[in-house]
Amino acid sequence: MNTIETIKERYQQLQSSNGHSVLTPIEQDAFKTFNTLGIPTVKHEEWKYTRISSVFNKEYAFNPEAVSYSIGQTDLDPIRFPGYEQANELVFINGLYSSELSTIRSENLTVISLEEATRNEYRDLVLQHLGHSSKYIKDGLNALNTAFAAEGVFIHVKKGNIVEHPVYIYNIVDARTNNILSQPRTLVYLAQNAQVMFAETYATFGPSESFVNQVTEVVVEQDGSLEYYRIQNDAAHANQVNTTHIRQLGKSLVNTVTISLDGGIVRNNLNIAMEAEHSESHFYGLYFLKGNTHVDNHTVVDNVKPHCESNELYKGVVDDNATAVFNGKIFVQKDAQKTNAYQSNKNLLLSDNASVNTKPQLEIYADDVKCSHGCTVGQLDEEGLFYMRSRGISERAAKSLLIHAFAVDILEHIKPEKVREYVDQLIAERLGVELE
Amino acid sequence: MLSIKNLHARIEEKEILRGINLDIKAGEVHAIMGPNGSGKSTLASVLAGRQEYEVTNGSVEFLGKDLLELSPEERAGEGIFLAFQYPVEIPGLTTTNFVKTAVNEVRKYRGQEAYDAVQFLKLMKEKMALMEINQSLLSRSLNEGFSGGEKKRNEIFQMAMLDPKLAILDETDSGLDIDAIRIVSNGVNKLRNKDNAVLVVTHYQRLLDYIVPDFVHVLYNGRIVKSGTKELALELEERGYDFIKNEVGQEA
Repeated sequence: MNTIETIKERYQQLQSSNGHSVLTPIEQDAFKTFNTLGIPTVKHEEWKYTRISSVFNKEYAFNPEAVSYSIGQTDLDPIRFPGYEQANELVFINGLYSSELSTIRSENLTVISLEEATRNEYRDLVLQHLGHSSKYIKDGLNALNTAFAAEGVFIHVKKGNIVEHPVYIYNIVDARTNNILSQPRTLVYLAQNAQVMFAETYATFGPSESFVNQVTEVVVEQDGSLEYYRIQNDAAHANQVNTTHIRQLGKSLVNTVTISLDGGIVRNNLNIAMEAEHSESHFYGLYFLKGNTHVDNHTVVDNVKPHCESNELYKGVVDDNATAVFNGKIFVQKDAQKTNAYQSNKNLLLSDNASVNTKPQLEIYADDVKCSHGCTVGQLDEEGLFYMRSRGISERAAKSLLIHAFAVDILEHIKPEKVREYVDQLIAERLGVELE
Repeated sequence: MLSIKNLHARIEEKEILRGINLDIKAGEVHAIMGPNGSGKSTLASVLAGRQEYEVTNGSVEFLGKDLLELSPEERAGEGIFLAFQYPVEIPGLTTTNFVKTAVNEVRKYRGQEAYDAVQFLKLMKEKMALMEINQSLLSRSLNEGFSGGEKKRNEIFQMAMLDPKLAILDETDSGLDIDAIRIVSNGVNKLRNKDNAVLVVTHYQRLLDYIVPDFVHVLYNGRIVKSGTKELALELEERGYDFIKNEVGQEA
């Protein structure tokens, strides 16, 4: 049975067994959209350089409830972020939230299923915000995730609360016996004046292939502060498409860093909708690729209201046969006067077979704004290499130091020291350099 | 210490060095002077191992080894140091980390144990005082946003840290005011001893007021056409390079 049939079969099963919920119409609409649009091919403008349909041609099992119960706390150890003893840990196995493996330490952090959220005081919030990403991501994969939205989780931070412990999210795919399709779905709501920090990572267990099709929607209200760090360092047979969709509904601050170090085909959609005046967003990315890894970062900043500021910097180091795509769009709507929006993408190609396709885009409908965008693709600086070698540093070490120096200004934007050091260590290990 | 014989080098198809002969002994200071385009910086680059230049003939022996067979990092390990005319800016790499890596790589090459953090800090403090350089400069990214004087002081600080046998100063005075030249020169003079040597490459005589050479060589058209003592530098300053060109022209 091919994967599309597997999906359809499971969808029918869930729809008939779950009875009726307020989410059912949302799922049904999405499933219709999925059937119409299908899996995007390279003919789709937004998927021109990322051949995701080839991944779907393989057979995947999609039955997350049949999760092997053999995964325990100790299996998590290799992928845990440092400081986890003091953190909230949210664990997803094959796309489903596992409350048994998760630990919630902060009382002001609520994590429940979306289905449950619709049956209590969060009902209106869920109905108002779930699926907003589809206004920006118009493709079958986003719809496919939404068609199973009731299985997702709702994360809520109360008004005026600071979640003092970081929230670590681990997405585990148990591919020890089958290729696995997994679809994590999360809606995060930061009420007024709430603050939270997320760090998220992925791990595929076993030799079979995984495909993670993830959608994370985040709403940040007035005076909220969101930090979101995503680290992708999964196996070469792990593929993923993830959409992170952030709405700033009140004057607020968002800081995101996306680090991609390993994987098969990885597509990151990041949307930031700046829907309130005087909001600020910073989003940074580093992709450091080897082997045959393909990483595609598609970002959208939508300036809807005036007096907002956004800074975007993505840097890439691409080696071996790896390929990278950067597509960054800045929209400045008619009312969004006094917008400051900056975007930059810089790439280093380390081998003759490495490649990058970069496309910065600006669409400005207001007339009093400051915007800039640009991209560069280059190689390691020969003069810098010679300078270092003339001081006795071996060619290999000199290259490593130059690459690290290139990456370091992205890492500086990972504010929590423990997470930053963790990422820096992964990069240093790859480069074989010692850190100070 | 250094023995250059009949050295020819070219970049792409252009021959720049056309038979250089030069001997430098421990304890000596040599100056290479010459008009623009005479090959001064090329000579410095070839000695340090810059790969754009191809040596087509001749030999360079350094402390009994064939220098031309060695990579730039091996040359540094053997004790060659080139102070760059244009030191490279490397954002994201602190000067301290750069120097620490360099010092320990050179120590490894020489079969010495790497310095630990405490030992390195002690050495650094000592050399910082000697070079009149402060900590804040070393905590910044390598040469990034440094003034011309700061870059050159940083070069000499690196020289102090690496303790070379032969220091080659490539147009170290270019772009510096008199105060900066004095500080940089003082640094170099403090490092001089009977076991090391300095090769100063310069267009102008003024640097030689501070780093006083034992020998002055005039490079023209890829050859050393005249050698003498420090008085030769003063004569050049007074009469300009044209008189050399004329002399050479007459001989030809």
